[in-house]
Amino acid sequence: MCLGIPGEVVTLDVDRPGMATVNVGGARRQVNVMLIEEDGVQPGDWVLIHVGFALAKIDEEEARLTLSHLEEMGQAYRDELRALAESRID
Amino acid sequence: MRFVDEFRDREKAQALAASIATLCEPGRRYGLMEICGGHTHTIYKHGIEDYLPEGVQLVHGPGCPVCVIPMGRVDDAIWIAEQEGVTLTSFGDLLRVPGGRGSFLDAKARGADIRMVYSPLDSLRIARENPDRRVVFMAIGFETTTPSTAMTVLRAAAEGLENFSIFCNHVTIIPALQAILASPDIQIDGFIGPGHVSTVIGCEPYRFIAEERGRPFVVAGFEPLDILQSIQMLLLQLHEGRSEVENQYTRVVPWEGNQRALRAIDEVMEPRPTFEWRGLGWIPDSAMRVREKYARFDAERIFTLPANRVADPPACQCGGVLRGTIKPWECRVFGTACTPETPIGTCMVSSEGACAAYYNFGRFSRQRIRQATSA
Repeated sequence: MCLGIPGEVVTLDVDRPGMATVNVGGARRQVNVMLIEEDGVQPGDWVLIHVGFALAKIDEEEARLTLSHLEEMGQAYRDELRALAESRID
Repeated sequence: MRFVDEFRDREKAQALAASIATLCEPGRRYGLMEICGGHTHTIYKHGIEDYLPEGVQLVHGPGCPVCVIPMGRVDDAIWIAEQEGVTLTSFGDLLRVPGGRGSFLDAKARGADIRMVYSPLDSLRIARENPDRRVVFMAIGFETTTPSTAMTVLRAAAEGLENFSIFCNHVTIIPALQAILASPDIQIDGFIGPGHVSTVIGCEPYRFIAEERGRPFVVAGFEPLDILQSIQMLLLQLHEGRSEVENQYTRVVPWEGNQRALRAIDEVMEPRPTFEWRGLGWIPDSAMRVREKYARFDAERIFTLPANRVADPPACQCGGVLRGTIKPWECRVFGTACTPETPIGTCMVSSEGACAAYYNFGRFSRQRIRQATSA
């Protein structure tokens, strides 16, 4: 729950304002991007995701650092990814 | 040393460690509190304490939301889950947290409909798909998760959803820090500030700590080098007699925070007059509740909760750990009666709790611990 997971924005959903398809750990997930809309979020941007919402835009290097940190966390990160995989938000 | 694989990073770490050593006055003790459980995790996982001079002591703060939830609130949530037609949804982190009548998992085994979700928006979907169920989201967390809960309530209101509510247990970090600073036995010279919470609230709210309480404050990232650099920045301030708020984690944290997120929180929630924290007791204005305007989404208004207070188990010393007055391994039941598999206290449940982090990774600091316990 406290883990911020990086993801790369693939597309902004035209039909559902404020939602985006984001590549997270190789899987495509729906993420709410309304909280960072004022920063002008675009496909290709990296975002930090907390419980289904993008909270901050980050650069690719930060995303890489964060991912390696998360992978080192082991079980806690695997649990979070599993929960994310089961998540279906719209 | 499993610090970082790359040589240049180890060099950087050693350079930082050397700088830290030169900034410490011989014989002086420096108590630095890392507020966030994520930082506690990094510190133990990477043996950060092994890089620090003996005088620098890291004190683990209250920034693990799972760890600070009092048992009475867990019992209230279970009571809600046991009501006719109710589905309680919760982050997975909370499932094993013991209340006075067991955990969510125990209640589930007794037949309660408790479901794990990744996002509050998942709860919303469950409510939509199950119009005959009353779906209650167990909302917990600091300011990193509060905006998501607020946005979800706004969405439920926009959709006119009538079978969704939240049991709001969101806490705020600033009043908790005020409470810690007000305690008479405080031995903290500076703060390693929370990275993700600051993404939302920004750096400005910490100014009183630096300016009025004279403690340097550095918002920090989660890499081992981030922590070491933040410690170096704190010691440099102390060395130069400065007391300021600095942002080490500029690559993620904007000084002004996320204004959109703060507006969402303010629209849906307001501070409670007081809230009980495990280990810290009752702290004024330290948690959020749903505003009257959104009363129909507030489980505390929909249900008449038992709201029984439950004392922590006498053997459990989570309170001392959360206030930083004892180290995890100094607790009577640490690693014997209380382990991550059979936790007595919340600090052992969450992977970001100080006890679980130390239990899992403390082997990297063995030598230090021997010194500390034989002293």
